[in-house]
Amino acid sequence: MTYDLIIIGAGPAGITASVYAARKRINFLVVSMDIGGQTAWSGDVENYTGYQFITGPDLSAKFEEHMRTYKVNLKEGEKATKIEVREGVIHVRTDKGEYAAKTVIVASGKKSRELGVPGEREYKNKGLTYCATCDAPLFSGKAVAVIGGGNSALDAALQLLKIASHVYLINITPSLGGDAIMREKVQKSGLVTVMNSSFVTSVAGDKMVKAITVKMAGKEETLAVEGIFVEIGLIPNSGFVKGVDKNAAGEIKVDAYNRTNIPGIFAAGDVTDVPEKQIIIAAGEGAKAALGAFRYLNQSR
Amino acid sequence: MNKKVTVYSTPTCPFCIRAKQFLKDNNITFEDIDVSADHARAQEMIKRSGQMGVPVIDIEGKMIVGFDKEGIKEALGI
Repeated sequence: MTYDLIIIGAGPAGITASVYAARKRINFLVVSMDIGGQTAWSGDVENYTGYQFITGPDLSAKFEEHMRTYKVNLKEGEKATKIEVREGVIHVRTDKGEYAAKTVIVASGKKSRELGVPGEREYKNKGLTYCATCDAPLFSGKAVAVIGGGNSALDAALQLLKIASHVYLINITPSLGGDAIMREKVQKSGLVTVMNSSFVTSVAGDKMVKAITVKMAGKEETLAVEGIFVEIGLIPNSGFVKGVDKNAAGEIKVDAYNRTNIPGIFAAGDVTDVPEKQIIIAAGEGAKAALGAFRYLNQSR
Repeated sequence: MNKKVTVYSTPTCPFCIRAKQFLKDNNITFEDIDVSADHARAQEMIKRSGQMGVPVIDIEGKMIVGFDKEGIKEALGI
């Protein structure tokens, strides 16, 4: 069977697109690894209109609840691996199956950027983590390293300096970025060693992380740490979409109607080159993409 | 028969919150361990699961790492 629309992703963009698609009575399918996307990972949200304050998980739950008020055909826990157009039909391959549709909305979001150094994969969740909010409390009394120099790295360092014995902040640029107020707090703390112009070369340990090796001014130094928090930004989940135009960061280029360069393929949210990555913007872009797909379907009938 | 379920979590972890909500929605009773407050149980979790990420959900001795909905459903037989 050929769907009218397949939505890939169920973060704010994908879920909003599905609500709009359901209300337009489009015959559609949602394929997603998870529900909520980065919103489910977020701490406090204070800038989603209508909620003065809500936590990320609660807002995700609200999104999901809204989507499920409609009979949405959802394939959860499925990862899209390929999109190709054959004889005017778009085929979406996943790790569990293949589906065909007249239109697709790619709303697959972003994921944490990895360091790409030896030891990183082996020690993931064995002392090395990409979610400081989740795992920081497990490192009380331990020496830890935070990698990065932006707001998320500063935020992780601030959480950790309350509990860790020492925090190394390893920043690749010559000075810390992020908000001044957070930078000052980190710099004032006697527990944090800021290492600017430095980068990680390897992670080592036995069963769990024991050390990190850092290169600074051409010299390598090994620091004894039991925790490593990687906070070096995000990359778009766009690798599985071949043939669409992307910018240098790998974000899918869309026009004002969320169209990509391939007819029938739309994109929305953080996976696109739309400026400002915000929950409310992703949601709005999801709505636009669904309406764009609806218009496209009507015109091609 | 009700299976014995233990959730090792931290209060700030979004996936822990979602995992516990999922269990509640399915009327599963469970013991909730805050590993940020209970150091001994944190060590127990690390030893038994061989890793340090939360949540860890112990269903009758089967350790499920992360909010793996399918894994949880399978272990619970729901």
